[in-house]
Amino acid sequence: MTAVPPARGHGRIRSPWANYVTTARYLALFALACFFLMPVYALLITALKSPSEVSVVRMWQWPHALSLDNFAIVWPKLREGFTNSVLMALPASVLSSLLGAANGFVLSKWRFPGADFAFALILFGMFIPYQAVLIPMFQVMSYSGLRGGLYGLILVHVIYGLPITTLIFRSYFAGISEELIEAAKVDGAGMLRTFVFVALPIAPPAFAVAMIWQFTSAWNDFLFGVLLTNKDRWPITVALNNIAGSQAVPFNEAMASALLACLPTLLVYVLLGRFFMRGLMAGALKG
Amino acid sequence: MRRVSMSRAALSFTALSALVFTAPVWMTACSKSKDKEPAKEMAKEPPKPVPEVPKEPAKDQVEVFSWWTGAGEQEGLDAMIADFKTKNPAIEFINAAVSGGAGTNAKAILANRLQAGNPPDSYQRHAGLELADDIKAAKVEDLTKLYEAQGWKDKLPKGLLEAITIDGKVYSVPVNIHRANLIWFVPKTLQALGIAGPPKTWKEFLAQAKTIKAKGKTALAIGPQWTQKHLLETVLLGDLGPEKYTGLWNGKTDWKSAEVTAALDTYKQVLAASDIKSSAADWQPAADRVIDGTAVYTVMGDWLDGYWGRAKKLGFKTDYDVAASPGSTGVYDFLSDSFTLPVGAKHRAAAEKWLIECGSVEGQDLFNPQKGSVPARTDADKAKYQAYLASALKDWQDPATKIVGSLAHGVVANNAFGSEIDTALGIFVESRDSAGFATAVAKAYAATK
Amino acid sequence: MRRLRAWGPGLLLIAPSLVALAVFVYGFLGWNIRVSMSSWRGLAPAHDFVGLDNYVALLGDVRFTHYDVPNIAIFTLVFVIGSLVVGFVMAVLLDRGVTGENVFRSVYLFPMAISFIATAIIWRWLMDNGGGESTTGINQLLADAGLESWRSDWFKSSSRWAIAAIALPAGWSLTGYVMSLFLAGMRGVPEELREAARVDGASEPRVFWHVVRPMLLPVLMSAVVILTHISLKTFDLFYAMDQKNIKIDTPALYMWFTTFDGGFYARGAAIATLLLLGVATIIVPYIWYSVREERRK
Repeated sequence: MTAVPPARGHGRIRSPWANYVTTARYLALFALACFFLMPVYALLITALKSPSEVSVVRMWQWPHALSLDNFAIVWPKLREGFTNSVLMALPASVLSSLLGAANGFVLSKWRFPGADFAFALILFGMFIPYQAVLIPMFQVMSYSGLRGGLYGLILVHVIYGLPITTLIFRSYFAGISEELIEAAKVDGAGMLRTFVFVALPIAPPAFAVAMIWQFTSAWNDFLFGVLLTNKDRWPITVALNNIAGSQAVPFNEAMASALLACLPTLLVYVLLGRFFMRGLMAGALKG
Repeated sequence: MRRVSMSRAALSFTALSALVFTAPVWMTACSKSKDKEPAKEMAKEPPKPVPEVPKEPAKDQVEVFSWWTGAGEQEGLDAMIADFKTKNPAIEFINAAVSGGAGTNAKAILANRLQAGNPPDSYQRHAGLELADDIKAAKVEDLTKLYEAQGWKDKLPKGLLEAITIDGKVYSVPVNIHRANLIWFVPKTLQALGIAGPPKTWKEFLAQAKTIKAKGKTALAIGPQWTQKHLLETVLLGDLGPEKYTGLWNGKTDWKSAEVTAALDTYKQVLAASDIKSSAADWQPAADRVIDGTAVYTVMGDWLDGYWGRAKKLGFKTDYDVAASPGSTGVYDFLSDSFTLPVGAKHRAAAEKWLIECGSVEGQDLFNPQKGSVPARTDADKAKYQAYLASALKDWQDPATKIVGSLAHGVVANNAFGSEIDTALGIFVESRDSAGFATAVAKAYAATK
Repeated sequence: MRRLRAWGPGLLLIAPSLVALAVFVYGFLGWNIRVSMSSWRGLAPAHDFVGLDNYVALLGDVRFTHYDVPNIAIFTLVFVIGSLVVGFVMAVLLDRGVTGENVFRSVYLFPMAISFIATAIIWRWLMDNGGGESTTGINQLLADAGLESWRSDWFKSSSRWAIAAIALPAGWSLTGYVMSLFLAGMRGVPEELREAARVDGASEPRVFWHVVRPMLLPVLMSAVVILTHISLKTFDLFYAMDQKNIKIDTPALYMWFTTFDGGFYARGAAIATLLLLGVATIIVPYIWYSVREERRK
C-alpha cells in the first residue's frame, strides 16, 4: 500500500478558496508547533539560568546571563545512570522487538490451533498496571537471583514489552501477502527459515515502530529500574529523580537534567523516524 | 535473483541476531571495569572465567539506604561517610540514596526489599511510629544493647527517647532533629504593614490576617498537601497545648470534644486566610512568596533556614526571621531522621559500625551543620551551630522545653494512621466539615492501632 | 502427525513468550486477586481469607467513589477525545503534504520522548495559577496576549472538572503519536480510490468523508484502546504534578499511596483488580471485535 501525498492541483477541482485554505493550514500548523514547543522553551531557559535567577514567577524571562553551568553540574551526576540506561534500554528494546517479531509472524502467518486466543492472552498483558505486580515481581526476581544487575531489569522490560511488540508485528505481517510465504514453502523452507529469510528482511519499518515504543518505555521507566538494580546499576531515571525530588529542588538543575535525559530517545526518534511512518502506514498497530 | 538477495539479507540478519542475542554479554563486559558486583552476577555470563567464591571478602561493605540527596543533606552525608571511612578503612560504603524518600518512593523500595528478605544493611526512617510497621513485622533489630554499649541513653533528651522507645525497646539511632512548629516572616514586610511582631496565638494571627488582606496581600503562603498537614499539626498544637496535642495521637484526647472541634474550625479559618486556592506546587515556591512580599507568613520546618540562608543566601534576622508557631512557645515539635539495623542485613557488623557513626558526637557534628538541623545528642559542640541553629539548639537542650512529636513527619502516627489522615484531610480541606474530619480520624485511629 | 509438524514449530517459537507472560502477567494477577481477598495490612503478609470484604469497603470509601472513579472517568474522556480530535486535525492538516512536513511531524511527535515526570515538572509551572503579581505560566502568556479573561485555575479550580486540566500535558505528550496513526491511515488509502471519487465529481471534503474516513476505523479503534489504557494506568504524571492532592486523585494513585504509604496491601490489591476490570471492559470487546474482523476477512 504505497500512497504518496497527491501532487498539488493534480486532477482536482481547484476552488478559489485554495490559497486562503493553504495559508490557514500553515498558520494552524505553525500555531500548533508553537504550543508544542512552548514547554521546551521554558525548560530550556530555566536550564540556562543560575540558581538565584530561577523562580516560577519569572519563568518566562530570558536569563540575564546564559550559562551552561547547570549542564556541567548535572552531567557527572547523570553519567553513570546514562551508561546504565543505554546498556539496559538497547538490548531490552532490540530483544523484545525480535521476540515480538517472532510472535507476530507465528500468529499471523504460521498459525496454530488457538492462535487467536493466544494472541488475545498476550495482548491483555499490555494493560496491567505495574504497581499491581510490583511486589510479586520483585520477589520472583529476588529469589531467582536476578536482582541487582541489569539482566533482571532487561528481562522484565522484555517480558512486559512482549504484548505491544507482538501486536505491532502481527498487524504488520498480516499486511504482507500470502504468496511470499507460499513461495518459500514451495522452496522447501520450514518455519524458522521463512521467518529469518522472508519475514525479517521486510520488517525494518515495523522494527522502527517497536523499537521507538520500547526504547522510550524502557528509558523512561523509574519503578522497575530502582527496584531491580543495585546502586551501581541504577538507570538514569533514578539520578533524575534524585535531582528533581529532593527536599530543596534546584529547578535549574532539574530542568537541565530533564533535557539531557531525553536526548537519547530523541536520537532514536530521529534515526528511526523515517521507518516509523512507513511502518505505521504498512499497518503496524492498525486494528 | 531473489535467492541472492535473500542470502545476503540472511547473512546480515543472522549476524545481527547473533550480535543482539549476545549483546547483554559483550555490552556489559565492555563496562566491567566499573563493575563491583559480587560473584553471583558473574556466574551468569558463560564466557567469563570461573568466578572466585568470596569466602573472606577482603573488603567488607555496608549498603546504606537514605533519602539524603539534596543540597546540604548530600554534603552532610558525605562528611559523615568520610569520617566513617577514616574510622573503618576496611569497610566500603555504598551510598544508595534515593530522593523522595520522605515521601512514598523510599517506602515502596524498602517495602519490597524487606518483604523479599533482601534488606539494605541499614536504612533511614523517621524516628517514631513511622517505624512501627517494620517493628511489628520483625524487620528491624532491637538496638537496646547497642545503646547501652555506647551509653546513648544518657546523651539523648528524655522527650526524644520516649518518642523512639516502643514497648521498652529502641529500634533506631537518631542523627538529626528538625523543628516543625515555626512561623517565618520578613521583618521589613511586617514593618511596612504596621504589624508589631509575629502572632502569639492563632486568634492573633487571624486578626492580623484581616489587616493583611485589607492591604491586598496573602496572610499565609501554603504549598502541596503535606504542608497543609504540617499546618494542621501546628494549629492543633497551638490551640490545644502539648499534652492534649500528644493525646490526639494516642487515644487520650477525644477527637469529638468541643475544643478539638474549635481547633479544627481555627484551622479552617487559617486556610481561608492562606493562598490555598492558588497554592504553590512546592514548599520552596510557597516560601519564595514570603520573600517576594506577596505573602506575609509561612509555617514550615526549620529546613527553610537551609533554603533561605544557604541556597538563596539571605541573612537570618536581617532578611528573614522566625518565631515559634502561634501558641507553641516553649514547645519543640520535633522530627528526626534515624537509621536502623534490618534483620538479615548481609553485613551486620559493618552496619553496626555505621550506626555507631550515626550516634557519635563527631558524626552528628559533621552532618548537622551542613544539613541545617540540630544534633540529637545533648553533648554536641555548640560552636558549630550558628545563627538560627544556635537558638534551636538552645531550645532543644533546655530541660524546660516541652518536646512533642510531629504528625506530618512520622513521629506520632504510624504509616496506616498517617495515610488515613491524608485521605481525611484532603476531604476536610474540600468539604470544610470539621465534625466529619474528627469522626474520620477517630475511626482511623481505632482501625489502625 | 503431519498437521502437527505444520504448525508445531510456530507454537514452539511462541511458547517462551506464553510461558513468561503466564507467570509475569497472569500469575501475578492471581497473586493480586488473592491478596485482595485477604486482610493484609503492614509489612508482614496475612494469608487469611475475607472474601469480597475489601471490595465492599471500597464501594463505601468516599475517596474512591467520590473522587477517584469520577476523576478517572473525566480525565479519560477529556484526554482521549481531546487527543483524538487534535491528532486527527493535525493529520488532516499534514495529509496534503506541506513543505517542512518532517519538521512539523517531529515537533509534534517528540514530546512522547520525554518521561512523564519531566513533563510534569515543567507543566506544573505552566499551569501555576498564582494571581496578580504572581501570575506566571500559561496564564501569563494569555495575559500578555491580551486574553486575560481566558485565565484559568487549571487543576486547582474548584470545578468538578479540575482534573481535566491534566489532560493538557498528557495530550501534549501523546497527540503526536495519534497524529502519526491517523496520518498513516490516511496515506494508506490507495490514491486510486480517491481519484475514482474525484472523477465522479466529488469535492475534496466529500472525498474525505466517503472514501478516507471509513478506512480510518481500524486506526481509530487502535488509538482509542491505546489512549484509554494509558489514561487508566497513568500515575507518574499525577504523582509529579501535585502529590496527594485529592482533587486529582485517581484509582492508580490511591492504590500506590494506600499500599506503600499506609501499608494497606489488601486494599491496594482490590483497587488494582478493580482498575484492571475497568480496563478489561474496554479492551475485551475490542479484542473480540478485532479478531472477528480478521475472521471475516
